[in-house]
Amino acid sequence: MSEPLRPAADWELASMIASFASRNQPIEIVGNRTKARVGRPMQTAATITTQSLRGIKLYEPTELVMSAQAGTPLAQIEAELAGNRQMLAFEPIDLGPATGGVAGVQSVGGVFAANLSGPRRVTAGAARDHLIGVKGVNGRSEVFKSGGRVMKNVTGYDIARGLAGSWGTLAVMTELTFKVLPWPESATTLVYAGLPDEFAIELLCAAMGTPYEVSGAAHLSAGLSRRLGHSSLAAAGAALTAVRVENFTQSVAYRKQRLADVLSAYGAPIELDYGETLAFWGELRQLRVLSDMPSCLWRISTSPRNGPKVVAAIRRHMTAEAYYDWSGGLVWLEVPASADAGASDIRRAVAVHGGHATLIRADPQVRSSVDVFQPQTPTLERLTRNLKAAFDPQGILNPGRMYAGV
Amino acid sequence: MGRAIEAGHDFVQRQSRSSLYDRGRQNRHKNETRMQQKPPDQRACKSRRRGSETMSHIELPAPDSAIVARREAIVADLVALVGAGTVVADEDGRRAFETDALTAYRCMPLAVVLPRTTDEVSRVLRYCYENNVRVVPRGAGTSLCGGALPAEDAIVIGVSKMNRVIEIDYEARFARVEAGITNLAISAAVSERGYFYAPDPSSQLACTLAGNIAMNSGGAHCLKYGVTTNNILGVRMVLITGEVVDIGGAHLDADGYDLLGLVVGSEGQFGIVTEATVRIIRAAEGARPMLIGFGSSEQAGRCVSAIIASGIIPVAIEFMDKPAIDVCESFAHAGYPLDVEALLIVEVEGSEAEIEGFLAQIRDIAAPFGPTHVMISNGPIQSAKIWKGRKSAFGAIGRISDYYCMDGTIPLSRLPQVLTSISAICARHGLKVANIFHAGDGNLHPLILYNANDPAESERAEIAGAEILTLCVEVGGCLTGEHGVGIEKRDLMRVQFSDVDLALQMRIKAAFDPAWLLNPGKVFPLDAAGGGLGQAA
Ligand SMILES: Cc1cc2nc3c(=O)[nH]c(=O)nc-3n(C[C@H](O)[C@H](O)[C@H](O)COP(=O)(O)OP(=O)(O)OC[C@H]3O[C@@H](n4cnc5c(N)ncnc54)[C@H](O)[C@@H]3O)c2cc1C
Repeated sequence: MSEPLRPAADWELASMIASFASRNQPIEIVGNRTKARVGRPMQTAATITTQSLRGIKLYEPTELVMSAQAGTPLAQIEAELAGNRQMLAFEPIDLGPATGGVAGVQSVGGVFAANLSGPRRVTAGAARDHLIGVKGVNGRSEVFKSGGRVMKNVTGYDIARGLAGSWGTLAVMTELTFKVLPWPESATTLVYAGLPDEFAIELLCAAMGTPYEVSGAAHLSAGLSRRLGHSSLAAAGAALTAVRVENFTQSVAYRKQRLADVLSAYGAPIELDYGETLAFWGELRQLRVLSDMPSCLWRISTSPRNGPKVVAAIRRHMTAEAYYDWSGGLVWLEVPASADAGASDIRRAVAVHGGHATLIRADPQVRSSVDVFQPQTPTLERLTRNLKAAFDPQGILNPGRMYAGV
Repeated sequence: MGRAIEAGHDFVQRQSRSSLYDRGRQNRHKNETRMQQKPPDQRACKSRRRGSETMSHIELPAPDSAIVARREAIVADLVALVGAGTVVADEDGRRAFETDALTAYRCMPLAVVLPRTTDEVSRVLRYCYENNVRVVPRGAGTSLCGGALPAEDAIVIGVSKMNRVIEIDYEARFARVEAGITNLAISAAVSERGYFYAPDPSSQLACTLAGNIAMNSGGAHCLKYGVTTNNILGVRMVLITGEVVDIGGAHLDADGYDLLGLVVGSEGQFGIVTEATVRIIRAAEGARPMLIGFGSSEQAGRCVSAIIASGIIPVAIEFMDKPAIDVCESFAHAGYPLDVEALLIVEVEGSEAEIEGFLAQIRDIAAPFGPTHVMISNGPIQSAKIWKGRKSAFGAIGRISDYYCMDGTIPLSRLPQVLTSISAICARHGLKVANIFHAGDGNLHPLILYNANDPAESERAEIAGAEILTLCVEVGGCLTGEHGVGIEKRDLMRVQFSDVDLALQMRIKAAFDPAWLLNPGKVFPLDAAGGGLGQAA
């Protein structure tokens, strides 16, 4: 394939899109390609990357806000924020390691376009909750904006949120403005070993139901725990259930103790200090325990209490390693490679218990033959098509990446 | 009146019965209009068509006379569809719905339907779709921007009777409710287990979740917990075709496009929301506000920035200037100091010891800004008074004057400059202003005080308001932070958006409602491509 096009300004991107639109040619939209293996394979005439749209445009630590061009590496953004002891509170997931790439190279545009939020999402909200403004170019080659740089804004429809999770199929975001939050002064993690899934999720929900502002609630099956970089946790060889508390140092000490009391029925926890806590949740964020190729990887979103039920139902049909996050509401599920990546059994289990499943990692043939994103009801499908047409009537931006014909 | 009273939670009806939101402006205004009333059936919707001399100057779209002429037949059809008990067709009954909290504008709807089930909503919408009848969705009618203002050729569908709690799941931390439930009733339903629903508009006793969803409403405690959109997991919505869609659910994120994110804040223009799944949160062990008074608004503004920069995110940081303090104190006896120019209410949460610690830290942070008054609430009773004073601020000010409530948001760093400019703008128009707002997130509520019985002054107040909002946009902010666009800010949309931006939004509207039957004449300038009523380009 020919070299990707690298617009360095909105107008340049708009003129590129206009020229493809005039020939009715579809285009692949990418940032740093860390998610290029996710979604349905596409046939496109060219690739446009946001790599040359780069740089932090605005950073006001006292207003908790930053604007950056879409191609800015997330690593640069997080380093800049760390310099002011601030962070992206939704703890963006890095799909690099789990999809055969490397960690730490994704662009900020990609982070929001995929709306992939990490462990802290359970209390702090998702990527989409932090996105407050967007500039972009749609499939009609129009430069548009929505939202802005202020936290509260209900002027016009919330298009920025509408673009989060649209995987480049509606518009090319060129500049994003997002909320940032202070980095917690301290953090600790309580880890419980050897709990079966149902008890583990019960523990996590109980922890979330306390007033101690638990900011991470995850459970790893034994097979995944063994892959952890943290050597003593890996050596435990058991399923691990982790609860994180973050706050000012004094509060962390107090809350950790109260939490351990509330959860005493589940055994005595292993305690991770601040450094270990950063390392442990950092590994989860990069899905490092899920990089066992060539197995397939699914991401299942359901009501927290139903996570273990969905997994148990799936395990009746195949072996599966599960990383539960969001106190059971999110399941990253690794299953053996097969012709349909287990899709029919997995979708049936999800249909029974509610929620949706996305195939994150599988061979291109599999991804073109099964639904990668959750199939929709006819009415929702029509709304999806209408929305696509509102942004990209000719269907030239990442066509078919999420759904056939969209 | 019997049927109207049945409607229960409607704000405008409350107006006539209680003094909860007793606003001088509204009452005085209402009396005035009533006295001058023409025979009911000839009375046109109140607004100034270009060139005429009536007070309010926002233009309302001309009604479709063919539809108006068919009123009786339409009412009969509606009765056949959902039963007489669900349709309000008589003059008195309909009058209770002719305005919302932007009472300068009023309009008798064709009819009002108060359904009890999603299925009834579906039948009525399908009928409207097939018969080209416009629809104005309504919750409690507390919109401050005319979002729920009826139209002569439209039926109002009010969801206030759909107010049940359907399911509470403490383990998974969500509640499923009918959308007509009041905001406060959700928290009340889960409070016995120590949970709450976070967004807390000051109108929370009256306003419905449906209205909150349509406006993406905020409140004082959104600094920490986010606004409505951050706390809604799913909705059941009826499209104009009568189709019922479930968007989202008990899980935390959407599949496919974030339709939920678009629906929240769509001002009743995408569909009628009949049920919602909301996030409920376990409350902190305790919470306590402190008051910090300053000799100038500038110092208070700088203090807010310093608190945020310190890494502490209080649950709320609210600001009041001197005129607002005086009125609220005499109303609520909350212990606000009367000898300061600006007052911050800062609330933190946690255990007793944590609260002490945070408040001490905040006191230290405030010190360099020369606070002239610092008071920490001494317990739940005083805390309740402090919040009562703040939350009834609009009502309290309404008792002494008519006011226009502005709702722009600005970058926090521009606060001192903007406050100075607001004073200058109002002074130039010979008007007084009281400032009350959510300082932590820069959401201003300047209340422009004026006399509604003086048409010239009313007009000046509207002009001053437009200048203030334009200023908010110029400094990097926006026209509305939580109240919505409605009819009120519709004609200012071009200050913030290009024609391309507006056309894109209008195409999104059309993706949900291609015939533009839902809540027409709102949000977009009437002359925007397609006229805010018709098809987008
Ligand atoms: C004294 C006072 C204080 C206030 N304080 C705040 C505050 O602190 N924060 C804040 O954000 N707002 C505040 N408001 C504004 C107002 O209360 C909110 O906008 C509220 O969300 C409106 O809810 P409602 O039920 O009254 O809706 P309504 O006024 O009836 O309608 C509001 C909008 O929602 C649409 N709508 C209603 N029901 C549905 C439905 N079922 N489906 C789709 N669309 C629907 C309507 O068409 C309209 O556009 C205040 C208002 C008053 C009078």
